[in-house]
Amino acid sequence: MSSGEHRLHLLERMLRIRRFEERCAQLYQAEKIRGFLHLYIGEEAVATGVMEALEPDDAVVATYREHGHALARGMDPGVVMAEMFGKVEGCSRGRGGSMHLFDSSTRFYGGNAIVGGGLPLAVGLALADKMSDRSRVTAVFFGEGAVAEGEFHESMNLAALWDLPVLFCCENNLYAMGTALERSESQTQLTLKAASYEMPAWEVDGMDVEAVEEAARKAVESVRAGGGPHFLELRAYRFRAHSMFDPELYRTKDEVEHWKLRDPIELMKESLVEEGLLDNEALSEMEDRVRGEIDEAVAFAEAGSWEPVEDLTRFVYSEVSSS
Amino acid sequence: MTDVIAPATTTTYREAIREAMSEAMRRDERVFLMGEDVGRYGGCYAVSKGMLEEFGPERVRDTPLSESAFVGAGIGAALAGMRPIVEVMTVNFSLLALDQIVNTAALYQHMSGGQFNVPVVIRMTTGAGRQLAAQHSHSLEGWYAHIPGLKVLAPGTIEDARWMLTPALEDPDPVIIFEHAGLYNMDGDPSDGPVDILTASIRRPGSDVSLITYGGSVPKAIEASRELDEEGISADVLDLRVLRPLDKATILKSVATTHRVVIIDEGWKTAGLSAEIAAIIAEEAVWDLDAPIERVCTAEVPIPYARHMEQAALPQVPVIVNAAKRLVGR
Amino acid sequence: MIDFVLPSLGADMDEAMLVTWLVEPGDHVEYGQIIAEVETDKGIIEIECWHNGVVDELLRRPGPDKLAVGTPLARISVEEMETAHEPSEPRLPSAPPDHRPRRSPTQSPPPIRHLAHSLGVDMDKVAGTGANGSVTREDVQRAARKSASPGEERSPEEVRVKASPLARARARELGVNLQSMTASRVDGLIVEADVESVGVAAIEPEDKVAAMRKAITRSMSRSKREIPHYYLATRIDMDRALTWLEDVNSELPITKRVLPAVLLLKATARAVSEVPDLNGHWLDEGFRPSKPVHLGVAISLREGGLVAPAIHDADTLELDELMEHLRDLVTRARAWRLRGSEMSDPTITVTNLGDRGVDTAFPVIIPPQVAMVGFGKVIEEVVAVDGKPEVHPVVHATLAADHRVTDGHTGGLFLTALDRLLQRPEDL
Repeated sequence: MSSGEHRLHLLERMLRIRRFEERCAQLYQAEKIRGFLHLYIGEEAVATGVMEALEPDDAVVATYREHGHALARGMDPGVVMAEMFGKVEGCSRGRGGSMHLFDSSTRFYGGNAIVGGGLPLAVGLALADKMSDRSRVTAVFFGEGAVAEGEFHESMNLAALWDLPVLFCCENNLYAMGTALERSESQTQLTLKAASYEMPAWEVDGMDVEAVEEAARKAVESVRAGGGPHFLELRAYRFRAHSMFDPELYRTKDEVEHWKLRDPIELMKESLVEEGLLDNEALSEMEDRVRGEIDEAVAFAEAGSWEPVEDLTRFVYSEVSSS
Repeated sequence: MTDVIAPATTTTYREAIREAMSEAMRRDERVFLMGEDVGRYGGCYAVSKGMLEEFGPERVRDTPLSESAFVGAGIGAALAGMRPIVEVMTVNFSLLALDQIVNTAALYQHMSGGQFNVPVVIRMTTGAGRQLAAQHSHSLEGWYAHIPGLKVLAPGTIEDARWMLTPALEDPDPVIIFEHAGLYNMDGDPSDGPVDILTASIRRPGSDVSLITYGGSVPKAIEASRELDEEGISADVLDLRVLRPLDKATILKSVATTHRVVIIDEGWKTAGLSAEIAAIIAEEAVWDLDAPIERVCTAEVPIPYARHMEQAALPQVPVIVNAAKRLVGR
Repeated sequence: MIDFVLPSLGADMDEAMLVTWLVEPGDHVEYGQIIAEVETDKGIIEIECWHNGVVDELLRRPGPDKLAVGTPLARISVEEMETAHEPSEPRLPSAPPDHRPRRSPTQSPPPIRHLAHSLGVDMDKVAGTGANGSVTREDVQRAARKSASPGEERSPEEVRVKASPLARARARELGVNLQSMTASRVDGLIVEADVESVGVAAIEPEDKVAAMRKAITRSMSRSKREIPHYYLATRIDMDRALTWLEDVNSELPITKRVLPAVLLLKATARAVSEVPDLNGHWLDEGFRPSKPVHLGVAISLREGGLVAPAIHDADTLELDELMEHLRDLVTRARAWRLRGSEMSDPTITVTNLGDRGVDTAFPVIIPPQVAMVGFGKVIEEVVAVDGKPEVHPVVHATLAADHRVTDGHTGGLFLTALDRLLQRPEDL
């Protein structure tokens, strides 16, 4: 793929996430999606860029703000939407909802509603690969808020101590729900924390998808070659609130508008237009294509069915039992 | 606490577990042991002594004091095809790993709609009686038995210590094995196996009163039943063995035979496992009861350090005997 | 034209106040545009419009009123969106059975359903007077009071008596009254053993009859359901026996005379002690033979129905003793004064329907026994004696037996023994 084609590809991926998330907001307000909804709008470059660096056989562990990661990893939007509608055709049979997307075929080990909860899991996945001499990488995403949790430190330490192939992707969007980083961390330089575990660490502009991809490729290559765990601090910003029911009392509108100037999608668009690789017609086609996919996804979800209540107690334990 | 007249082969409870783990690791290279001080130190209770020398540091892994991380790592490794045995030094420290056990291991199968199963085995030492004071003396089997998605075992005999690990490792779902600290020195016949991890077992059959118990209290119940024999009261000693899922059928059969029940549980009485068993009996066997249910549990106090106080707090043989006698009207 | 409604912003958001409009009628709006601000418990939140179009009318003014989620706030005339923006074709799935959101007004909350359940009230049959026709606590209580519940299995007496569940179950089975029991335990709890060993106080016959009927129903149903019966019959020549008895009785005062039935009982008891597979109980998937022969005797009661209490060790009793026992048993049975052990101990039962005028009986075994013997009326029939017809008194004896324990061969042995014993009445 040429550089130009690749960048268009990146744009379309980010756009797909953006439009999908916007549609989720609408559907949530129409009560089609219930529970909690955490949108990835503004952060699309992070998931998109990192996923480009991973192989299909690698593993991904994510957070409750994982729709973007799921889509970027290649999960079908219809299956994701159906899950959020609570339908049995959803990836988790409607049992997980927005925060618990799972897909064994792409080694997507879930969204997780416990901040930091996925970190030890990722360490374990990598441990298995190391012990079995496989050259797979486990990428784990978490917010900067997770850095305060004991599980973060335990996991970082263990991964570094045992030299495990984990890529720690810290998405620093400056706010853990409503708490700004400087109000919760004595040391806000996150890469220093990684360095204290003897782990290579980079700060990356998370609003620039190409910068993300480049950093991720470098890091993944090093991890895969046996360089032990690596840490990326991806600096980004979420344009919407933490979740749907959040009046955002903790930050100013000005700050949001300021960051919107660095909208990763707009940045990529502008750059492509400047180089003559994108015009209105092509963009319009892209939008139509993306909208069509999302319409299909919503239609699929709407047409889906509810898991029969009789199946409630299925899959508490595996259905293939050996004892 | 000798169980039966020792035949030619006897082993201790700890040796039985060691042999079980070693045999599993020899047979299946996916199996490995991970926990604090399991390697160099040989295990806090000497259970894994010598295993580092046999299997090497990759398969007998000393971990840092990071319960959440290494239990979670065990879960992750299990998800990715290994069969880890995670040793949490005691149930007291497992509280630091509760999030991983309850929010990851127990939930993943159901929450993912059946896509992911977690075949991890977590071993924990449990129980009181050695003056280790309140923070080191918990019996929280009831808490874990409360959680759907987990399977919980309590080997109370040498045979179970030796043979329960095999089906536990083969199980596709998370299994937690509780080893009572007071049993590690127990000597006895490991038998030849295999055993299941589904059923309760009658250790001594009887017809006047059921003594229902598990784990570290099994020897106490057996001793109590011997004393009751001398008083002409025949006790049916039921070792639960599996705390989740409970073997209801055996429990109900015992109650139908004796009509009188004493439940012995080293956990606290309030909202504990004994309450669950009593509820099951009240729900499904109330017309078999010829007397109220008796429970012999730890007193509602944190476990004290001073010996006489600790012993006063824990279930004891005379208390069990008296409870049984009350039931038959003496 | 569409309604722009107050959207749901969270699982715990029910309502909000409209604070500001950011558009006016006639304004053009775009997909994703923020067009109003609302105040919730958490604070002021901006709400978006999801259509391209023109604001037609604002339906609500900003103010302190709390508006429910879903309240129309404005009307917007919508421009034809991009292709298939509204999910037009997809079949909407049918409503899931029990998936109604918890806030649905027609379903009553758990405490009220629980109350209905404990009062034995069927919620579907209760007229709801609450909001949207929902059932309130008072509705349930009213319904419970209305239905004069005859229902409960437990009689009032039982509720006041401190007895174990097992004791209650046994008492019901045996038709005995808990109130009359004395507890053997120090704490006063009546247990199974007490029910077995204490006599029955006389209370209203109707209650006793009802309890007995129930016990009989249960017992007979179980018998036919569980016991594979086989039947054998034989005719026994009673000439010698009755002649002998007449002689014996002629020497005795009237009060001491022995009824022919007693001969039949004694012979049965002796015969079954020779064929022990018919004497005992079927318990827990196995036959438990009984050494002693506790002969159950079917006694019909004036109120209808019958009881079959045991004469203990019937095979060892002399005829006059047996007669005494029988008389005592019949008297006490008809006065409802039988003992628990008499009810539960029979190892085989005899029914003698001769006084009902029946030739041959086909009895139904009383579980957990494994056999029952029936005798018909003593009648005159022609028998063959040395090749020549004579008229003798005979009785038709029938054995019903449990085929799980015995077969015809064994049954035959019993009847042969019975006949043999009755031909030598002096040895009974």
